[in-house]
Amino acid sequence: MKEAMKGDILPRRIISGFALTGMAIMIFILFFLVKESLPILRETSLLQILGGKEWYPTYAPPSFGMLPLITGSVAVTLLSALLAIPLSLGLAIFLSEACPRLLREFFKPTLEILGFLPSVVLGFIGMMVLAPWLQERFDLMTGLNLFNASVLMGIMIVPIVASIAEDSLSSVPDDLRDASYAMGATRWETTTRVVFPAALPGILEACLLGVMRAVGETMVVLMAAGGSAVIPKSVFDAVRPLTSTIAAEMGETPVGSGHYHALFFAGLLLFLFTWAINLFAARIEARGRRWRE
Amino acid sequence: MKKLSILFVALFVGVLAAGAAFAGNLVVNGSTTVLPISQSAAEAFMAENKDVKISVSGGGSGNGIKALIDGTCDIANSSRFMKDAEAKLAIEKGVYPVPFAVAIDAIVPIVNPSNPVKNLTTQQLQEIYTGKITSWKQVGGEDKPIVVVGRDTSSGTYEVWEEKILKKEKVTPKAQVVASSGAMLQTVSRNKYAIGYDGLGYADDKSVKMLTVNGVKADAKTARSGKYPVSRYLFVFTKGWPTGDVLDFVNFMQSDEGQKIVVKQGFVPLR
Repeated sequence: MKEAMKGDILPRRIISGFALTGMAIMIFILFFLVKESLPILRETSLLQILGGKEWYPTYAPPSFGMLPLITGSVAVTLLSALLAIPLSLGLAIFLSEACPRLLREFFKPTLEILGFLPSVVLGFIGMMVLAPWLQERFDLMTGLNLFNASVLMGIMIVPIVASIAEDSLSSVPDDLRDASYAMGATRWETTTRVVFPAALPGILEACLLGVMRAVGETMVVLMAAGGSAVIPKSVFDAVRPLTSTIAAEMGETPVGSGHYHALFFAGLLLFLFTWAINLFAARIEARGRRWRE
Repeated sequence: MKKLSILFVALFVGVLAAGAAFAGNLVVNGSTTVLPISQSAAEAFMAENKDVKISVSGGGSGNGIKALIDGTCDIANSSRFMKDAEAKLAIEKGVYPVPFAVAIDAIVPIVNPSNPVKNLTTQQLQEIYTGKITSWKQVGGEDKPIVVVGRDTSSGTYEVWEEKILKKEKVTPKAQVVASSGAMLQTVSRNKYAIGYDGLGYADDKSVKMLTVNGVKADAKTARSGKYPVSRYLFVFTKGWPTGDVLDFVNFMQSDEGQKIVVKQGFVPLR
């Protein structure tokens, strides 16, 4: 008995060690983010950062209004989710409920590999192919805009959302399906009224994970969103999300300047944003567990 | 042959591991504008001095200067002069930065090749970039909107543009922002309404059209004589007066051979 317990203690300690290290790193990152971003509040007020419409960090006197950047982030995220989620859910339902097994075995790995596509490649396609086409087709001022970036971002989150949603759909027990068929329900009715609701928490989680990916994505928006720091009035306006602002400006910012702290503050905002989504996802998961029990 | 390649890999790993601390190794960091000059110069220098290893990276002028102050690089490339705040920080940390000019960079306004406009004055450029002029018609072109493309506010290229063209006025928030000289070229070559600016080393007359400024064409002669209004010096900074390999490398960059590399990379040589 004691021997067996000894065998348990070592792996347990190792695993807890790893987990603690991971947590310590996370806490350290958060601490660093807060420490580097808070000094900006000495230069300007929180209201001016969140509500100001002028982003001129290098002028004298500088203005650190992040509203256009925040709007840019939110706009790209929402539009890409709007484009990608219906498509991903369709794909997930097709893969899990309607697809022949052989095809599925080929299709799902392909989808997952697509999820590894480097975002810089997508950004490049956006710049070289999609932007000129959009400009010609719709006679726009520029093809590098909110719509372009959202389409690319959509392509990027479809594999994530579809793959996780498919997992959650196929983990619905077959008993439920059988019971539904036994009641005389058609395949469509079974899918939409039985399987889908049963898998809903997992599906919502998949969507939120996709959204989180979109919030933090940098390369695609840096290359394809145009980068005007204005609040967009149409889907064909150029936008500049928080992420691309950080990526474009951090390299040459003097360390310790107001601009530097402002960029860290933008990072903190992104962190809080994804954290909120994460908490929301956790709540949905908890509720889902209650459902199933 | 195989042995040699193993030796090479081992050497490479060794260099990576040893970093800046190891004698005979130079670490160069900084401006992406100076990067191509620095890289070819390092290759040529290493070919002549087999015992010296130089690793060059480009993280931006600000990062390079920061790395110099922090002691993580020996030479900082910069496409602008050191800022007051940076110099102050350097002195506080006991680093006395010494600048050396290595090349001249002229910045050229570029438009799509299909655009009939050939020349703009500095005044017109300023009004375009501040958003006062919004149609090509106002500067002698077609009745089409102007799509203003600029660089991120912290790039060295932008800083020169701000100093020489914007003259401290704010660039219009509608301006699109691209994060690299290459991206600027791509964007302007693919948008028929666009105007942008790029270093003479990056711009070419095939994918885009270089405009003359105040009637002056940007080239080596006009940039060096100061006739061309939008040009700047490119620098390297060292920690105190350089000695040893650092001095040799800086001298090499300023030598005739080094200046040939500057020309080859599309910049304007010092002489």
